[in-house]
Amino acid sequence: MANLYLNQSPNKKVENLRPRKETISFLLNYSKALRVIDYKKMKFEALLN
Amino acid sequence: MKKIKAHTADAIYVRNYIKGDETALSHLINRHEQRIYSFIFSKVFDKNIADDIFQDTFIKVIRTLKRGKYNEEGKFLPWVMRIAHNLVIDFFRKSNRMPKFENKGDFNIFSVLTDNCLDAEKQMVKNQIECDVRNLITELPDDQQEVLMMRIYQEMSFKEISERTGVSINTALGRMRYALINLRKVIEKHQIILTN
Repeated sequence: MANLYLNQSPNKKVENLRPRKETISFLLNYSKALRVIDYKKMKFEALLN
Repeated sequence: MKKIKAHTADAIYVRNYIKGDETALSHLINRHEQRIYSFIFSKVFDKNIADDIFQDTFIKVIRTLKRGKYNEEGKFLPWVMRIAHNLVIDFFRKSNRMPKFENKGDFNIFSVLTDNCLDAEKQMVKNQIECDVRNLITELPDDQQEVLMMRIYQEMSFKEISERTGVSINTALGRMRYALINLRKVIEKHQIILTN
């Protein structure tokens, strides 16, 4: 999805900033979908939907 | 004392997460999102980029934890901060290689940068017009057609044309003049529109 890059003033206060809910939700879903499969001495990653 | 408690809580969440408790990750993110995100934002000053780097940071965290490559030494937050720091450095390295101009305030990059190429529709119209003109030229008498083709399409001088065709320069000039007059006549007679 295309990102909309908006103007941002560098002087904006840095405190109390949090990532977007969508970002957190993506990370939690990514974590749930990611499986690491061990095969002998190798590790494979699989993303399950 | 508070720090030790925080470290222990992190260690427990990390252990639980590695064991398969997905909610532990949510707790870990909740506990540290503000510090990590603020750190990234303080370097890049762009919320979208900060979000991207925050996301990449935790993707690395998730992969490392799931692969069992994380050594718990009670230093979860410093470890995540180090990953974020490295990704911020990567971001600046990349942006140095690819300078990016953004439209900020009163400055618009497109005021100094233009693309003079025709768009697809205008290019099609131009091709059609050129094709029409070529068809019209074939209607001219052979001698006029020959001079016009040499002058316009082969970009020859009238001296070269006169040498090639074996006529005087004045005759070549005259043929060119009649060729243009005749073309105009045909265009006007049939009301052909040849503008883009």
